[in-house]
Amino acid sequence: MSTVLCEAGHSQKKVKLKKNGILYELMKNKIIYLMMLPGILFFFIFAYIPMVGVIMAFKDYNIKKGIFGSSWNGLDNFKFFFSSGDAFRITFNTVFLNLLFLIFSTVISVALAIFLNGLTRKVFKKVTQSIMFLPYFVSWAIVGIITQGFFASENGAINSFLKSINMEPVNWNSSPELWPIILVLFYIWKWCGYNIVIYLATIAGFDTECFEAAAIDGASKFQQIRYITIPLLKPTIIILTLLQIGKIFYGDFGMFYSIIGDNGILYATTDVIDTYVYRALRLMSDFGMASAVGLYQSVMCFVMVFGSNLLVRKYQSDAALF
Amino acid sequence: MNRSKKLKNNKSNIVYNIVAYSSIILFSVFCLLPFWLMVAGAFTDESAIIQNGYQLFPKKFSLAAFDTIFAGNRVLNSYKVTVLVTIMGTTLAMILTSMMAYGLSLKTIKYRNQISFYVVFTMLFSGGLVPWYILITQYLKLQDTIWVLFVPYLINPWYMFLLRKFFTTIPESLIESAKIDGANDFYIFVKIALPLSLPALATIGLFYSLFFWNDWWLGLLFVNDRRLQPLQLLLRALVSNLSSEVQALNPNAKQGIIPPAYSVRMATSIITIGPIILFYPFVQKYFVKGLTVGAVKG
Repeated sequence: MSTVLCEAGHSQKKVKLKKNGILYELMKNKIIYLMMLPGILFFFIFAYIPMVGVIMAFKDYNIKKGIFGSSWNGLDNFKFFFSSGDAFRITFNTVFLNLLFLIFSTVISVALAIFLNGLTRKVFKKVTQSIMFLPYFVSWAIVGIITQGFFASENGAINSFLKSINMEPVNWNSSPELWPIILVLFYIWKWCGYNIVIYLATIAGFDTECFEAAAIDGASKFQQIRYITIPLLKPTIIILTLLQIGKIFYGDFGMFYSIIGDNGILYATTDVIDTYVYRALRLMSDFGMASAVGLYQSVMCFVMVFGSNLLVRKYQSDAALF
Repeated sequence: MNRSKKLKNNKSNIVYNIVAYSSIILFSVFCLLPFWLMVAGAFTDESAIIQNGYQLFPKKFSLAAFDTIFAGNRVLNSYKVTVLVTIMGTTLAMILTSMMAYGLSLKTIKYRNQISFYVVFTMLFSGGLVPWYILITQYLKLQDTIWVLFVPYLINPWYMFLLRKFFTTIPESLIESAKIDGANDFYIFVKIALPLSLPALATIGLFYSLFFWNDWWLGLLFVNDRRLQPLQLLLRALVSNLSSEVQALNPNAKQGIIPPAYSVRMATSIITIGPIILFYPFVQKYFVKGLTVGAVKG
């Protein structure tokens, strides 16, 4: 900084030139830039360098030869993936399951947030809201164990209950059609409390005068919800929905892998892009195809996030990512 | 006319109350049920689980699962790994995140928008799992080290931008007057910006702690060494490869004695989730604050 100042004293022309320069800015705020440097390096190493690695999708990767030494094989990795029939299945599963999660969790969270907001018993409200938020803090690994606890065919709690009332136990492990429902249940369990927090905060910000006026005019509670609360909540619902839609090609690996695990019978309905890439990488060591599928997912995600963000910005610019 | 409407409304409001209360109570029970199963399963006698399956109201009480867990040192060791990773990860993450967030919150920094975009772009597009995996295993050679369990996640862009949002509420005049008094930027950051943002730092710190405590993805990908297995990965191992993993919990057990595998899973879950439940009443408000300020982000 001192050198810049010295030079500034010497000639006026030099100052004008320097003031717009990168170096001048970096020197002036060097401490701030130094403070940001570790972060900048972090993103460079762990986010930008792997972006170069997408070329692996077009290569026949060989560990010994490395990324740059391996030979190109054009679109073979993609052809293999798209012709296998897996592409449609895992894309469909990812999008379909995410849509189910989105619809059910939104409806339930909004309804419960409205109900919770109307409660007059403060302690009851606090306790129930805390209970609903609690599952957010539970790891997927534990959810995996809970899944086994309830839905194991051999000794799961549901089957032991069915047996105790002399009903036929369900063979969960070989019934792929049942698992989307189970996944939705666990998704609701884990995320509704989180959404409720956001919706409750939004409702708490509403002007109570509206509701008082409506009550005086004789509107019932259901009518108040229908004609006041829901219309006022609409922007928040739309934005949360758009953000979720932005992530629609992204399957939460932790969730799917801990609930479904390596049970191949269930893949028909529950295999998503992320679990597929993981298996291609770790179990089959098919680096080329795994990175091709990864690139396919990244591109789809990019399009969706970009598109949904444009829409979010239209509705509420400060909620937009950029 | 008015009166009949009021009556009708009263009736409708009674219906509303019934619907509201019953759905809140039902959903709360739904949320608590898995926790209850965990506790019930952990304290059930193993032979009862094998015979009747897990039950919400077990008939035979037993502490054998906890005896097994504490007989060997594997769970204890995993506990140490998780605690260490959570502390080191959160500390380092907070340092990196807050320094970057502070810089980006200052209007006097000319390139703050460019740097913000540099970060935002990583949220939009990623190279995918495989190049990242190869970078960490082949080039950085981090697999089977303690570092791999937190270094790849040191800055979460969402949390960084959330913290930046908090920092922007610090009045500019405060920073300016400190500068006039001769304080340098780092001094202002440490002595003014951080102390003014303590609740925000607590919020972000708790988000990071929860994240590192619960993460098993890094362990799953990069850790094969049992001594470096965090709790979450141990849980995973207990599910997927039951008997041999449970045997390994207590190598001193006599041959031929069947370890209580099913109740051990539940008992280990309880131990894993224990600290979270313990702190929950005190930290809940910080999480709520983080969610509502970050509004819809995250």
